[in-house]
Amino acid sequence: MSASHTQRTTSSVELDRTASWYESSARTRVRLLLDPGSVVEFIGPEKREVSPHLKLFDLPEQFDDGIVVGLGRLDGSPVFVAAQEGNFMGGAFGEVHGAKLTGLLRAARDIGSVPVLILFDTGGVRLQEANAGELAIAEIMRAVIEARTAGVKVIGLIGGRAGCYGGGGLIAGCCSALAVSEQGRISVSGPEVIETNRGVEEFDSRDRALVWRTMGGKHRRLLGGAEVFVDDTVQDFREAALELLSSIRAFGIDTLKAEQSRLEDRLQRFGACPDAVDIWTAEGIPDAVSIPALPADQFIALADKVRRSSRDAR
Amino acid sequence: MEDLNFRHATRQRAAGTRKLAVIGVVASGNLEVLAERVLPDSECLVEIRTAAAGFGEVWDAVIADFVKGYSPGGLRFSINDGGARPDTVSLRLAQAARLMEEDDQ
Amino acid sequence: MTLDDILASLFPDGHDVKNSGGVLSGSGALRSGGRALVIGVADRTALGVDEAIRLSNYVLASVESGNAPILVLADSDSQRMSKRDELLGLNEFLAHLAKSLIYADMHGRPAIGLLYGHSAAGALLATALATRVLVGLPSADPAVMDLPSMARVTKLSIEVLQEKAKSTPVFAPGLRNLAQTGAVHLTWDEATPLAEQLDTLLANMPDARDRRDALGLERGGRPKAYAIAERVRELALQAL
Repeated sequence: MSASHTQRTTSSVELDRTASWYESSARTRVRLLLDPGSVVEFIGPEKREVSPHLKLFDLPEQFDDGIVVGLGRLDGSPVFVAAQEGNFMGGAFGEVHGAKLTGLLRAARDIGSVPVLILFDTGGVRLQEANAGELAIAEIMRAVIEARTAGVKVIGLIGGRAGCYGGGGLIAGCCSALAVSEQGRISVSGPEVIETNRGVEEFDSRDRALVWRTMGGKHRRLLGGAEVFVDDTVQDFREAALELLSSIRAFGIDTLKAEQSRLEDRLQRFGACPDAVDIWTAEGIPDAVSIPALPADQFIALADKVRRSSRDAR
Repeated sequence: MEDLNFRHATRQRAAGTRKLAVIGVVASGNLEVLAERVLPDSECLVEIRTAAAGFGEVWDAVIADFVKGYSPGGLRFSINDGGARPDTVSLRLAQAARLMEEDDQ
Repeated sequence: MTLDDILASLFPDGHDVKNSGGVLSGSGALRSGGRALVIGVADRTALGVDEAIRLSNYVLASVESGNAPILVLADSDSQRMSKRDELLGLNEFLAHLAKSLIYADMHGRPAIGLLYGHSAAGALLATALATRVLVGLPSADPAVMDLPSMARVTKLSIEVLQEKAKSTPVFAPGLRNLAQTGAVHLTWDEATPLAEQLDTLLANMPDARDRRDALGLERGGRPKAYAIAERVRELALQAL
């Protein structure tokens, strides 16, 4: 390969990485996030390991069951990667989908030194295989803790269409660190679920501004629920992943005790706040109502000023 | 769900050396196409599982058009369809065929 | 069995388990010696941030004191579905509780779940499913997702869902279905003192490895999970 060709390839990769994370498919995210040509997929679509349960509901399958898992390189170093496709059944966890991530995490645990990047894009459990999906999430949570105990860094990247809901939110909470964009909503119960169960007075799921400021990336960053806030491009997520990989500390009882204090402190300080704006105000942000409209770079500067991230307490 | 298969004789072998490509997502109005270089150079096979039953003739026409335009000899296309419109199907097939024209990584 | 009956049957030599607003905490004397830490959710209480933080506190306080088992009793609702809980980061609180239980289990305090009533969704993940061995009582009625909610989302009638549920344990609520997928390891007999059954379990406690996928395969509830996870693991080890 000639030098000029290499140069052209490099700059075209840089151009590609300006792509929106939110708009990209799982495969595109993986391809652009990692070093060009470095990804080897495990049980790819050509293996046709589809869900064994969707047939019963006369629903179409996807050859990869909505998740890509593999090994690639990030700035030259090996990383395991898993990416959920939020457009296939809302990125939900089914039996095969979940088992691929479980297997990947167990391999990382066995090796002990190769980090795992999880590109979340999920509504939670796939209803048509709810029991298998729920259990898959339980197994993944356990596998994340086993991997972290073995010294593995597990990073979650959240900024997809489906957000990170239900059991996906719990897995995210088990990760070593999270990077989130504004679009990357993190929550257990989704807006529609709260409204259906508790009424529109409790939560109006059609009030998009309410959804974003309660569950969106900016609030999660200010609250300490995510370490890093990023703009919605593949390049920004790549830089965040590299930054987090270089700063994560070991996981152990001290981590959990620090998290206990961190969460107790949060309840004490913000437990009576009726809205995200009240929490931001209590955090000392002078013009809290302007947060949702703030461009990413200004928000990042502000967040870095008001709140240290919680990277030793997760 | 409905299964449809279309086998065509092709004028020539599909260009490139890539063995495998996948494009698209299974969602309402969308589809995924998996292309594999596994057939003799003079053949093309398209296997479809679709959520929208009863459109066999439309598929027949779309695929005949595609084979005529691209002559994807040696390729098998496997499609999971969430009920995409014919123009979306044509687009995805063309994208898959173009990806296969690349050289293997 | 009521909660009081269950505690009395588990700990004939006495216990000091308190129920405060649906959050259980305390300990029980084991016949084999020592005291088990007992935590849990009772009275079909929803698991929100306030409940979860108390439970994780009990677990973490116990990690560095002894090696007796942790019993996690569950008769809960789902996670608390409210604006306040999500605003405060419920996912972190539930994950923290699960992490604390799993960590304790891996570090000398084996965690045993006892599902004796209802439980669902995020509450189930953060409590009963974050243990090494999950036991069900016959009266338990866990539901990852209830059929009316499923009917709404899948646009199928409850009758159709009930019909489909006859051919697979994979989606419908119930202890038996969860057991078939490998989530519930064993079901105890209410007619036999629970203390005896607990003793038997403690004497035969499996190691901390997660084998629920193999169990699901063996019981026919999850045909592919074990093989897929194992294949990915092997491919990943080889690829490096």
